Parts: sequence; C-alpha cells; structure tokens
Amino acid sequence: MANNVSHITDYKVLARVVLILMSLTLLTIFVTSFHLGAFSVTVALLIAGVKAFFILTYFMHLKYESLLLRLLVTMIFVLYAVIILITFIDYAYR
Amino acid sequence: MSGNKKNEYVSYLEHQGKYKGIFSWIFTLDHKRIGLIYMYAIIVLFSIGALMGLLMRIELIAPGETIMKPQTYNGMFTVHGIIMIFMVVIPGLSVVFGNFFLPILIGAKDVAFPKLNRFSWWVYITGCGLAIASQFMQNGPPDTGWTFYAPYSTTTGSNVIMATFAAFVLGFSSILTGLNFIVTIHQMRAPGMKFFNMPLFSWAIYATAWTQLLATPIVGITLLMLIAERLFGIGFFNPSLGGDPVLFQHLFWIYSHPAVYIMILPALGVITEIIPTFCQKKIYGYKAIALSSLAIAGVGFLVWGHHMFTSGMSDQARWFFSFLTFLVAVPSAIKVFNWLATMYKGSIDLKPPFLYALSFIFLFTIGGTTGLLLGSVATDVQVHDTAFVVAHFHYIIFGGMGFAFFAAIHYWLPKMYGRMYNMKRATIAWGINFVGFNLLYFPQFILGIEGMPRRYFDYLPQFQPLEVVSTIGGFILIGGLIFMISNLVQGARKGEIAPANPWHGTTLEWQIPSPPPLENFDEAPIINPNPYDYK
Ligand code: HEM
Ligand SMILES: [Cu+2]
Repeated sequence: MANNVSHITDYKVLARVVLILMSLTLLTIFVTSFHLGAFSVTVALLIAGVKAFFILTYFMHLKYESLLLRLLVTMIFVLYAVIILITFIDYAYR
Repeated sequence: MSGNKKNEYVSYLEHQGKYKGIFSWIFTLDHKRIGLIYMYAIIVLFSIGALMGLLMRIELIAPGETIMKPQTYNGMFTVHGIIMIFMVVIPGLSVVFGNFFLPILIGAKDVAFPKLNRFSWWVYITGCGLAIASQFMQNGPPDTGWTFYAPYSTTTGSNVIMATFAAFVLGFSSILTGLNFIVTIHQMRAPGMKFFNMPLFSWAIYATAWTQLLATPIVGITLLMLIAERLFGIGFFNPSLGGDPVLFQHLFWIYSHPAVYIMILPALGVITEIIPTFCQKKIYGYKAIALSSLAIAGVGFLVWGHHMFTSGMSDQARWFFSFLTFLVAVPSAIKVFNWLATMYKGSIDLKPPFLYALSFIFLFTIGGTTGLLLGSVATDVQVHDTAFVVAHFHYIIFGGMGFAFFAAIHYWLPKMYGRMYNMKRATIAWGINFVGFNLLYFPQFILGIEGMPRRYFDYLPQFQPLEVVSTIGGFILIGGLIFMISNLVQGARKGEIAPANPWHGTTLEWQIPSPPPLENFDEAPIINPNPYDYK
C-alpha cells in the first residue's frame, strides 16, 4: 500500500468537491418539499451516500490507495446497504 | 531452534523492562504479556459468572423459593449473562490466544499497534469495572437479561444505564482489538508468508476481526439510543413515546448475532490447529476452511432476524431470515467435514488438547443442529424462550467456545509458560467436565420442549426430576472446572520443564523456544509455504 508517499491534491479539485458537496446539501433540503412518503428516507440516504463517496475518494485519499483497500471499503458500504435493505423487508410488509 | 536450556536467551517472562512487579504486566507493550493479563481477568470473571450459574441451578432444584427471591434471580441471570457474554466469550479466545499467538504464527515481532493493544486492555478493564459496579449501585442490579430488550429496559427502575454503558465501553475495546489484528495480518506477515500460507487460526482471527470492527459500532449506537431514551425521553423504542420496540431488537441482533461468530470463529480456528497436530496429518482442504471462515462471517451478518420470529416481524421477513439461517449451516458443516477427513487414517494421539477438541466437535454439532430447529419458524414458535434455548446456546457457547478455550490452553500452555501440566489429571478433569456438562444441559432440551420457560425462578412440580438432574450436573461440572484450573495453575508454576515442541507441531510457534523470547524470533523464521507439513 502506498504508505509513505504523500499526495498533494490540487486546490481546484478540492474546491470543486466542496462545491459538489454543498449543492448536494441544497438538494437534500430541496427534495423535502416533495411528499415522497416512505421513500423520503431512501432518497436522503442515497444523496448522503453520494456525498460520502466524494469525501472518501478525495478528502480521505482513497483514490490513491491500492485496489485491495478500495475494495475493502466498498465492501463495508455494500454490507451496510444490504443490512438496511433486509431490515426493510420487515417494515415494508408489516 | 532447539535450545531450551536456561540462560541461553531471555524469555518474555524473565525480560526486565521499564517497570517492575505488577506494573511490568499492566503497562506492558508485549503482545504475549497482554494476552496473559487478559486471560487472568477472564478466568476471574468466568469463575464469578459460573458461581452465579450454580446459584441459579440451586434455586431451581425445587419449585418455589429455594435460596433467593424472584427479583434476585432476575438480577442473577442478567449479570451472569452480561459477564459471560460481554466479558468472557466475546473477547475470549481472540484477546488471549489471538494476542499471544497471532503475531507468532505469522512470523511477526508484535501486533501492528502495541500501544493501542495495551489501551484496549485498559478499556476492557474499565468496562468490566463499570459492569460490576452497576450491581452494587442504588436501584439494584439490572433485571432485563443481557439482551436489554425495550420497552422494559426503558422503563424498569433497576440500574440499566450503567450496565448498558459498560457494554458500550467493552464494545470499544473489541473494535480496537479487531482493528489492530486486521492491520497486523495485512502488514506484519514475515517475508514469504502469503495469505494462503498462514496457519488457519490466523484466518479465523482475521474473519473475527472484521466482524468485531463492523458489527460492534451498531450495538454501541443502540445502547446509546437506549440511554438517551431513558434520560431524555426520546421515543426510539417505547411505543407510548412513538417508538418501535421491534426496532430495538433489530438493532440489537444486527450486532449480537454476528457476535456469536466473534465467539465461535476463533474457536473453530483453535480446533483446526489442534486436529492436524494430534493426527500428524496435513489439514484436509486448507482453502475451504480458510474461506469458510470468511463465509461464516459474511453470511452471519444477514441472519439476525431468527431471534425475532415471535416478536411481531412481518411474515416475509420471517421466511427470509429462516432461509438465510439454514444457509449459514453450510460453511460450518464444511469445517466439521474437513476435520473428520483430516482425522481419517491419521496417527491419532488422545492427549488432553485433542480430547477437548473432539468433545468440541460433539457438543458444537449438538448445539448447531438444535440451532436449525430454532431457525425454522414453526418449531421456534414452540420452543422460543424456553429452556430449550438455554440448552442450545450453552452447547454452542460453553460446549463450543468454552471447550475450545480449554483445548487451546491445554495445547499452548507449555509454549506460554515453558512448563507442562499433569497429563493424567488433565485427562480426568476433561472426563468430569464432559459428563457434568451434558448432565447439566441435556435435560434442558427436554424441559424446554415440555414447556419449561426460560428466565423463570419457579416451575410446575412435573419438571422437578429433570431440574434435579441438571443441578447435579452443575455441581459435577463446577467440580471438574476447579480440578482442571488447579491442575493448570500448578503446571504453569511448578510443572516439569516443557520441550520447545511437545506435540510435534509444524506451525511457527513450535519452532521457537518455550517460553518465547521477547520479540519472538531471535533469528528470522523460515517460512514453509505449507503450514501443516507432516511427513
Ligand atoms: C459453569 C456453569 C454454568 C451454569 C451452571 C450456568 C447456568 C445458567 C442458568 C441456570 C441460566 C439461567 C437460565 C434461565 O433462568 O433461563 C443461565 C443463563 C445464561 N448463561 Fe449460563 N451457566 C453456566 C455457564 C455459562 C457460560 C460458560 C456461558 C457463556 C459462555 C453462559 C451464558 C449464559 C447466558 C448468555 C445466559 C442467558 C442469560 C439470560 O437469559 O439473560 N453460561 N446459565
Ligand atoms: Cu443468532
């Protein structure tokens, strides 16, 4: 793993990521004006997921790490998504 | 490699570090000493827990009040459960033998983060202290059972907040240990040791560590939510506040089912080390065993709902969880099959570690197959919350993880202390434990099917004969345990000097002197790509 190499990310890239995150936050607020019923949580979680993706890749430098490490982190998110999904087999049919 | 004579090297036990006396233990950074101080703590806690178990058995020897009041009994099974689950079996094998042997097995000098390792022990001891203190504070011991089910846990007057907070702290220690072991396995393997050259115990610890890291935060949050509900009246779980009690069960079991794999996976790993050594035969199906550990950990994350079949979950969720539960039996059965295949035509040596390993397979199989009964919805409705469940999980966690712990300590004690226990006494103690165990718990399967509820201090007279048998078994088991522990203590302190490789094992720990030197390997270890290379 690229341990001792430091990566200096271009400020422009970082600034762009900040902008994307802010606009996604605005989007989160905006969608609350629609009545999505049970799906409002889903939508909020999806947007939050996209934001987490940007933070992990750029701010936490996952982009520059080994494939193995990236796979491990992806696996964690898939696992949590599956767990939430399964929980909703109960709530959706109760 | 052979030298075991005095003064040729300084072992970790003799090494004089910065601190003296007890401080050289509780402030140590050596993974081996940390393993031992975990073990001492766990033995003390296990003894307290076992004593409470015996007291409950005495109470149950006759209907009606025998030696304690109902509320005392409620506190007793709660505290017994909290101690045994959160302080004994969840850390259990991985903090003791994982700490001591994982670095050695992969040819490393220590774990990746020794200071974090020491910190984890301190967090663990703090958690134990809090839990024990919660018994003596005002309001009396918690009476919710170790599962803290809402809404009762949000309303009972007993000391729930402190006990849940203790479980939260213990969880922290578990997360840190898991993290440490994952990094150790990724970064600290000796040159030439690939993933598929590692002894299988390391694979088991690896799978366990991921589960610790990913599942424990969920119970942490859940317990904080419970505390928030009690303190600030936030309605997460209590229906009268707009919450959902089934949500608590979901969140609790999303952690606590994987937690049973945190207990049992290292146990499966220990057995996988012991069997080839005492059959002097290469393990059958190395890769299948390694990957089945990961499969158990993975699928184990998705089956939690089998604890909730009678809690008012939707029907769809019920059959789905039932199906997944049956699926998880497959990788477990792969392991049992491979162990038996390894023994086939081996030169079997019935020494105490192997006897414990054999009885592990027997008890674990009974526990596992009765688990399938609980995993199918229709039969679970009949036996849920009866003594059947008590029998089932004692077979899995005590007969499984507990006996694997005994197997491990009989296997590795000569390495850890450089001395050998009395073999004959160890064999007798094993026999007593095995008989006592089955006498104690087997009757509870029958009692449960006949309708004896769990967590009751009283029962109908018709149940008495079997309850008496069970209590007699309890006394026999406690006797056997005392005999076993005293034999081990005597062996560790005054036993004969043990050779470096008493069982003719092939993994790396047997190639260094007993007890090992401070940094394990005075010369770089020679890595054999096949860890079980028996001629
Ligand atoms: C040494 C002998 C032991 C005895 C005599 C014993 C006995 C008992 C008894 C009588 C109960 C209460 C059952 C009920 O009222 O429903 C119980 C519950 C329990 N035991 Fe043990 N036990 C022993 C060892 C262990 C061990 C080693 C573990 C874990 C590894 C363990 C884990 C538990 C748990 C989790 C519960 C459930 C507590 C609850 O229902 O909240 N026990 N035990
Ligand atoms: Cu379970």
